[in-house]
Amino acid sequence: MGSIIQVESVTYGYGKRPVLEDVSLTMLERDFILIIGPNGGGKSTLLKLILGIITPWSGKISFRGDTKNRLGYVPQSAGFNRSFPISVLDMVRTGCIHGDNYLKQSSRESTEKSRAILQKLSLADKLDENITDLSGGELQRVLIARALVADPVALFLDEPTTALDIASQTDLIDILNELQQKMSIVVVTHDPTPYTHIYRHLACLNTSLYFHERGELNETTLEKVYGCPVELLGHGIPHTLLPSHQEVKKP
Amino acid sequence: MNGILSYEFMQNALFAAILASIVCGLIGPFIVARKMVFISGGLSHTAFGGLGIAYWLGKQGLMFTIRPIYGATVFVLAAALFLGSLEEKKLNQNDLFIGILWAVGVAIGIVFVHLTPGYAPDLMSFLFGNILTVPRTDVAIMFVIVLIVVVTVAIFYKGFVAISLDEEFARARRLPVYGLKTGLTVLTALTIVTLIQVVGILLVIALLTIPVAIASELSINFRKIIALSIVSGIAICLLGLYISYSIDFPSGASIILTGGILLVIVKGLKGLAKLKKTALFP
Repeated sequence: MGSIIQVESVTYGYGKRPVLEDVSLTMLERDFILIIGPNGGGKSTLLKLILGIITPWSGKISFRGDTKNRLGYVPQSAGFNRSFPISVLDMVRTGCIHGDNYLKQSSRESTEKSRAILQKLSLADKLDENITDLSGGELQRVLIARALVADPVALFLDEPTTALDIASQTDLIDILNELQQKMSIVVVTHDPTPYTHIYRHLACLNTSLYFHERGELNETTLEKVYGCPVELLGHGIPHTLLPSHQEVKKP
Repeated sequence: MNGILSYEFMQNALFAAILASIVCGLIGPFIVARKMVFISGGLSHTAFGGLGIAYWLGKQGLMFTIRPIYGATVFVLAAALFLGSLEEKKLNQNDLFIGILWAVGVAIGIVFVHLTPGYAPDLMSFLFGNILTVPRTDVAIMFVIVLIVVVTVAIFYKGFVAISLDEEFARARRLPVYGLKTGLTVLTALTIVTLIQVVGILLVIALLTIPVAIASELSINFRKIIALSIVSGIAICLLGLYISYSIDFPSGASIILTGGILLVIVKGLKGLAKLKKTALFP
């Protein structure tokens, strides 16, 4: 598998404080990278840098071929602005346009593509629903549909399971599992548990980045990333910090 | 109704109302979706500062004529670009600066009106508006501005919708977000300065918001929301003007109150329909 995105020695921050320092990362074809780390560690910032939403202070992000123009983005649904009433179809259609085609994109073509992708994601009956009336799981799928409608080669999801119940989380994992056969996926998350069976690489980010092959993690590395002892559970993925874990008293 | 329309001032008022409704219905949904209503209020009040300075300069016996609206244009465009650059730099102080521009703009206007000898009736009409005194030439200028806004929105429609619904996503799709945002802000500024001289600062804000609120009760399709905003804007203005003429009420206030009442009626009817639906299919 060849690399499609190469992040080289990227540094970025807010104000004068660097959030990411000298971060390098390679993303392969049909890769599945899980980015974990503490709050303020720069997880979402790295996503935004790759997507071109913000520009790095220094370093370079290079893309193979037209990959740069074929990136899908699913923002955090929990913080998504739903105050303006708009239909699911209209929202998904905005995913069809791009900097290169927004002046000439055909409305009929974008409508047809949007209908097709909503059908695939079992949202055909939600086409004319108001996004303000959707449940958290439905909104998440609509945001995925909006990202997929332009046929991306890489999909970036920011905290996709945060606002979801267990059933919706399972649905999401099934969708990602299927998509992984066709495209690369990057997920930023606080809780890696749902992705245990599908991720390929793990990137631990806390200003600096520690990149691991699946199964290469140990407690010493995690302590370095989180700045406190982290307990490794049976499945090999860290998701419980010792201090809070110890506070839970057994009955 | 024929009797009313036989007066030229009423014909002008009618044309002005229709043009104002078209331009506000076209720009209003973008303003509401982008949560820029407060900015529009700030910009329209900032205009008062420019109006005051230009009015004062106009009375200084200069070699050339300075119409108050020129001052308003400079002030509103400068304020719009300043607020746009603040937002782009992510300084998160827009609310603060809008409030300051709002208050300082009005204060500058009042100070310069005070410094100008004699009574300044024109400025009062800018603030409260008098659609019944709109001359034919102003209607013609409005028509040109409306044409510019319609053509620009038609060309950049998809980009404007994308940045209005989710700016971050639009950036991820590599759209020229800063350019589109600046374009939208300039169109808003242009709409405001064109309209304040005919309908007044207060009516501009009303026409930018009330028709959109009514339209969003009736549709969730962006194009339809624009069309319905224009139609309800026209309905509000015509009904308001008729009421104003019939019972001799101030025209601007009649139009705004008509809009408010229509919005309550539409919301009430929609609520009743929802209640009926839930009662029938619980």
